[in-house]
Amino acid sequence: MALQDVCKWKAPDTQELSLHLPQHGSWAVPRGCDSQTFLHVHGPRLAHGTTTLAFRFHHGVIAAADTRSSCGNYVACPASLKVIPVHQHLLGTMSGTSADCATWYRVLQRELRLRALRDGQLPSVASAAKLLSVMMSRYRGLDLCVATALCGWDHSGPALFYVYSDGTCLQGDIFSVGSGSPYAYGVLDRSYHYDMTIQEAYALARCAVAHAIHRDAYSGGSVDLFHVQESGWEYVSRSDAYVLYMELENLPESKQELQVETSQIYTEAATLPRAEVGEFSVEPEEVTPEDSRMPAETETL
Amino acid sequence: MASRYDRAITVFSPDGHLFQVEYAQEAVKKGSTAVGIRGTNIVVLGVEKKSVAKLQDERTVRKICALDDHVCMAFAGLTADARVVINRARVECQSHKLTVEDPVTVEYITRFIATLKQKYTQSNGRRPFGISALIVGFDDDGIPRLYQTDPSGTYHAWKANAIGRSAKTVREFLEKNYTEDAIANDNEAIKLAIRALLEVVQSGGKNIELAIIRRNQPLKMFSAKEIELQVSEIEKEKEEAEKKKSKKST
Repeated sequence: MALQDVCKWKAPDTQELSLHLPQHGSWAVPRGCDSQTFLHVHGPRLAHGTTTLAFRFHHGVIAAADTRSSCGNYVACPASLKVIPVHQHLLGTMSGTSADCATWYRVLQRELRLRALRDGQLPSVASAAKLLSVMMSRYRGLDLCVATALCGWDHSGPALFYVYSDGTCLQGDIFSVGSGSPYAYGVLDRSYHYDMTIQEAYALARCAVAHAIHRDAYSGGSVDLFHVQESGWEYVSRSDAYVLYMELENLPESKQELQVETSQIYTEAATLPRAEVGEFSVEPEEVTPEDSRMPAETETL
Repeated sequence: MASRYDRAITVFSPDGHLFQVEYAQEAVKKGSTAVGIRGTNIVVLGVEKKSVAKLQDERTVRKICALDDHVCMAFAGLTADARVVINRARVECQSHKLTVEDPVTVEYITRFIATLKQKYTQSNGRRPFGISALIVGFDDDGIPRLYQTDPSGTYHAWKANAIGRSAKTVREFLEKNYTEDAIANDNEAIKLAIRALLEVVQSGGKNIELAIIRRNQPLKMFSAKEIELQVSEIEKEKEEAEKKKSKKST
């Protein structure tokens, strides 16, 4: 098979027990250099820089990404698709080197399809993540750069795994990957909760990517939104990032909501002692017997 | 000379038989009987214990082995061959968990064992494994399963089956007595397995080894006392049935 020859990667036979690690010498470098240094110095400048995110919630898993493919200072493609379907119930977000991601996803598709044929059912998302991380960890040190979030629905419900090309495989509820991820994490951490409605989840995902695009130079273009449900994955929307951000800016309720909330936090601290007439001292830190009422007060925030 | 042993031992006969495989199946027929029963919430494995020599420690002879927490197997045939197969199967169960994060399904490990056996019918200088195996267990979906493999490398799913010496007699007994009532509850399924073995085992409960797996529980080996209990219950039921019969006839 052409792909196998190019990658010099052998499919793991079910009968063989040992993991065959590829020889470092199979990469052609001048004598005396180790491959990693050589690649860093002389290797091609590959495309990096992106914002992708994924989170799981009650109604499935949301995957969202920007669409800018950058190569150094040059936008190679302003409308690339960074969410790759693996099969009906599994998506992967692409971050790192586009070529590496695309190749390894095709290999993963092959593995999963073979196992589905042999075992009569598709492997779980945990299996897929494990397989991908094991396949890539054999090439550790050879400058593979694939940082991906596998989003899927299997017999255990919505599942989300983060896989990195050094072999990391983590399970979690929220992941954001790429140069714009810090900005997206901020927005996600603010408003995520497992029991969101589908519309809330869509809004949150779009908002997070839009904010990341606004600040990160390497992210831009549009916001792609995917949703994996029990019935399979769905390509929800592609919205222009600039338009989206302007809409978020102009949205009166969300801005006011934010202001009202923050002002309430500050005023509540001041009014708490006054609310319980005569039963609290002025300093809210003092513990009084009527403290049992405080939780009720904070809940109305 | 090394070149002599490179020739395949298992070759086709003119009329399409693989005689080595058939001879291996004969070796299986010499082994002590094993019976497997698939109930609704339980799977049962029973084996005939061969009488041990006076000075031999009988605990070292185990014909029912766990392959993983949720799968176990019994075999009939060459014990040494079985040891090799069981070891490979146990390693594969753990490798599967390592590579794929999920425990094996009963069908997967049966397929692995069957493929292993088939390889040995088509390799240079090797002879087939002289064992048949009964593999039982529960999958993640909670459905009980029973599979049987033979030296040729084929495998089939069964509701109840027997292998080894007198397997035919036991299978006929099971065909008559495996009904929905017979496996209605766990105890009934266990009794069916023991009754099937008692058809062919000489000295009763002493020479029977029994193991069960219930859904979501690990393998349980029955102690001699527990087996005796079941056997005495069975004998009581037999007596009562005979009394009823004689009453009817008078």
